[in-house]
Amino acid sequence: MKLKQLEGYLGDVATFREPKVQLEQYPTTAHLASRILYTAESSFGDIDGKAVIDLGCGCGMLTVAAAMMGAKSVLSIDVDADALEIAQENIDDFEIADTVDLVRASLCAEETAGCNGELVLNEHLVGGMKAKFDTAVLNPPFGTKPGNKGIDVLFLQAACLMARDAVYSLHKSSTREFLVKKAQTWGFDCEVLAELKFDVPMMYKFHKKKSVDIAVDLLRLSRKK
Amino acid sequence: MRIITHNMLKCHVKNCTDPNKQFPLRFKDVQLEQVEAERNDEFLVRMLPRLDWPALLKTSKELGMGLPESIPENPGEDEEFLQAVHTFIMETHVKEGSMVCDGCAHEYKISNGIPNMLLAEHEI
Repeated sequence: MKLKQLEGYLGDVATFREPKVQLEQYPTTAHLASRILYTAESSFGDIDGKAVIDLGCGCGMLTVAAAMMGAKSVLSIDVDADALEIAQENIDDFEIADTVDLVRASLCAEETAGCNGELVLNEHLVGGMKAKFDTAVLNPPFGTKPGNKGIDVLFLQAACLMARDAVYSLHKSSTREFLVKKAQTWGFDCEVLAELKFDVPMMYKFHKKKSVDIAVDLLRLSRKK
Repeated sequence: MRIITHNMLKCHVKNCTDPNKQFPLRFKDVQLEQVEAERNDEFLVRMLPRLDWPALLKTSKELGMGLPESIPENPGEDEEFLQAVHTFIMETHVKEGSMVCDGCAHEYKISNGIPNMLLAEHEI
C-alpha cells in the first residue's frame, strides 16, 4: 500500500464525539497515523504479519492503520467505553474484525488511578501480556493534566514489557532526554524518527487559542539484542 | 474478543494472587461466533511458544472445542494441528457473557465482544 492511499483510507476513521479532558483524548490524525504505520512497515518491517498492541487506542486510528498495513493480529486497549464504542464502529466499517480485539482496561493499578498520587503500573494485567506481541504502537496521554503525571512514561513502560521487538510512541519533545534514559533501563534503544508539531485543535474550554502546536517526537524503541 | 486474547487475561483483583486460580478466566454463559480469518502458518508457529498451552486446553474443553493435548514436534508441518489452533485462537470470537476468576469469583463482563477488565467504574 502507498502512503497516500493509507492516509486517504484513514480519513474515514471516526473520532471522539465528546473528548474527555481528564483522559487527554486528543485524536491522532490520519496524516500522522499513516506516516507512523507506513514507516514502521516500509523502513523496519514491524507490522506485516505481526502481532501488534495498541495502548490507549481511543477510537482506534493506529489500530486501523496497523491492520491496513498487514498486522496479523491487533489487541487494542483503552479505559474509556465511549471511545471503544467508536473504535468498534471503525473496526466494523473497515472490515477488520477478524484481526482486531478490543479490551477495556486500565494500565494503572486501581488504587492509584484517578487520584493525585503517583501512578503505578497494573502489574497483574500487564504481566499476562508480557512479551506476547512483536510491536507496540501508541499515542499515549501526555501526562499534562493534574492526576495524570507520569502516565506517558507508564504507557511506554507497559508497551516495552509487551513488545518483543519494537515500540512506536509519541511524546512531548521536552521529555526526550528522560525517556531515552528510561528506555535503556528497560533494555531498549531509543531513536527519534521524527520531530512533529502536534496540532491540538481547540476542543476543550481551557484552550484559549484556536489551536496549539506542541513539539512532539515520534520515538522508535527497539529491544537490545 | 478472540481466544488468543483471552489466553493473556488474568484476574488482577488486589488480593487474588494464586497463579493456579487467577488464570485462565473461566467463561460463563458465553455466546460464541466463528469469524473466518486467513490462516498464516508462519504467524501461528511464532505464536505457539507465547501461548499458555495448558490454559488454552482448559478453555477449549470448557467451550467444547477440539484441541490436541500438546504441541507436536514439528507443528509447522502438521496441517491438522495448525488448522485446529487457527480455528480456536484466531476465528473463535466471544461476543457476550462473562469471565469468572476461580480464585476470587470476580466476574468480568463481555459485552459486544469487548471484555471489561476494570474492577469498578471508579477505577477511571
